Amino acid sequence: MAGRVSAPSLEVSDLVVRFGQRAVVDRVAYRIEPGRTLGVVGESGCGKSMTALSLLGLVPAPGEVAGSIRLGGEELIGQSRAAWRGMRGRRVAMIFQEPMTALNPVMRVGTQIAEIMVLHKGASWEAAEAEAVRLLEAVGIASPRDRARNYPHQMSGGMRQRAMIAMALAGEPGLLVADEPTTALDVTIQAQILDLMRELQARTGMAIQFISHNLAVVSELAHDIVVMYAGRVVERAPAATLFAHPRHPYTQGLIATLPDPERRVARLPVIRGGVPNLDHVTGCRFADRCPIAEPSCRSAEPELHVAAEGHDVACFKS
Amino acid sequence: MRRFILRRLGQTLLVLLVMSFVIYGLIGLMPGDPLDVMIASNPGASPEVVARLRVIYGLDQPLMLRYAHWLLAALQGDLGFSRTHSQPVLVVLAPALWTTCKLMLISFVVSVILALGLGIVSALRPGGWLDSLISLAAFAGISVPVFWLALMMILVFAVELHWLPASGRETVGDGSLLDVVRHLIMPVATLALANTGGFTRFVRASMIETLRMDHIRTARAKGNGEGRVVLIHALRNAMIPVLTVMALSFGTLFSGALLTETMFAQPGMGKMIYDAILSNDFNLALVGLLFATLITLLSNLAADLAYAWLDPRIKL
Repeated sequence: MAGRVSAPSLEVSDLVVRFGQRAVVDRVAYRIEPGRTLGVVGESGCGKSMTALSLLGLVPAPGEVAGSIRLGGEELIGQSRAAWRGMRGRRVAMIFQEPMTALNPVMRVGTQIAEIMVLHKGASWEAAEAEAVRLLEAVGIASPRDRARNYPHQMSGGMRQRAMIAMALAGEPGLLVADEPTTALDVTIQAQILDLMRELQARTGMAIQFISHNLAVVSELAHDIVVMYAGRVVERAPAATLFAHPRHPYTQGLIATLPDPERRVARLPVIRGGVPNLDHVTGCRFADRCPIAEPSCRSAEPELHVAAEGHDVACFKS
Repeated sequence: MRRFILRRLGQTLLVLLVMSFVIYGLIGLMPGDPLDVMIASNPGASPEVVARLRVIYGLDQPLMLRYAHWLLAALQGDLGFSRTHSQPVLVVLAPALWTTCKLMLISFVVSVILALGLGIVSALRPGGWLDSLISLAAFAGISVPVFWLALMMILVFAVELHWLPASGRETVGDGSLLDVVRHLIMPVATLALANTGGFTRFVRASMIETLRMDHIRTARAKGNGEGRVVLIHALRNAMIPVLTVMALSFGTLFSGALLTETMFAQPGMGKMIYDAILSNDFNLALVGLLFATLITLLSNLAADLAYAWLDPRIKL
């Protein structure tokens, strides 16, 4: 790799998250450059959220994390607890799906934002609270001074998610991990939040890992997309390529299920079945639901391989 | 806020009024009246004298009328006269009330502090050895009968070891702070122990639940240390349900205080009310019970205020 000018924001390789014998995230690898957005797509239970939590060292016990997570060239796995703590919120920030439950209900919103600056920048509470007001303004909240004194329940869902984003920005992180940040919001608010994230990325140059089960939402924002299935990456490509030439049957299925305004149908197509029990799978994990599976698919597991320039897929048949 | 407090104080007065009627009625239903006790101690009293006394004491009047008289006087600040103590009720009551409130408040504070510490430690590693140990101790505290515990403490610390005085409020002729504190240790410990066990279980359960919440994950994701996560982010949330339990138990603390006062010969409300009822000292029993009601009502009011202070989602 000659001519690499700057270290990537994030480089994940061989990431494994294990609960007992079961690997819920299995040999996952991807990278995100500064200023770029990686979309991570997959259905519930495919390991997207665990992947995200492992970036912050927040995989709940008794989960074990192995592999490599390099942030700005520095290996995170194996770091001390204190090092993780110093990194959370400052170098990697995370926003969550449900802004109602993700904010502390008994703490003023301004205080929750200010806390990051007190923790990481040694700011005084007074200065940090003032900065929190500026951040609330930056994420498009009207009368930020009053809102900073609000408790979460006094805000609407969209406003809470904006506050959540303001909180994430407070540490000026290089990487923002957004785990289904718009799923709990209605469609118009969803679009506003996506616009806001795009705008903030342009302003700060941070990298974003955007996680969603909804391919349509991811396509709004992502430069590159990783499709996960049952703990594994099954396809990885630039967003435009993925939509134009999806190679994995699972990705093809996901795209087929998207409603198309040009083509009205009585019933949207579905991918039949559910994620398999990982304890009993040999061979390709998608084989049971795959329209083009052959007996040979069930004997060995397909590895991720280069199918075209910048386009990797884990399928024997593409 | 102010309107809420005023409204609640109004309700408190109303409840006291109803309670005074109920208690007055109940006491009136009890067999015998003060004169029976007098006659028993003075067999020479002639029926004429008794009848005259009955008129003087107003005992010939119907119950409702007597209550009305009592209420009218009470509203003007005259709570009546204690027959057995030959003093106004308030004079008899005040020191006993102070003794009981002191005992209740101190043991309440002690049990809350202990329960917070133990409950939080338990919740940090549920199922760990420390949690098991604390849970065992908590259940022991809940299940040990107060009177047995009091007896055992007297036996060990007063009779065998001579560390602490077995009874009373202070040593006659001493009465220094240290002396008073030494007299308080065993009653407070007895009264606090049962509550501590229960409170610890509630703090533990609430804390475990709170630590699983999404916003705790957020707090960690922000780079908070575990200490801040637990004490700043989780504790206040965890205390909201616990507070209700604690406030409700404050009322039952009164009956615990009665038992404890009896065991350690503390001249408190419990013992006073008990004696007053046995000796047909109506006025004293009545007012004593009303104060017991008042304490419970005020503690509930305090709980509601604390509730609103803890949880901004609650509007008073």
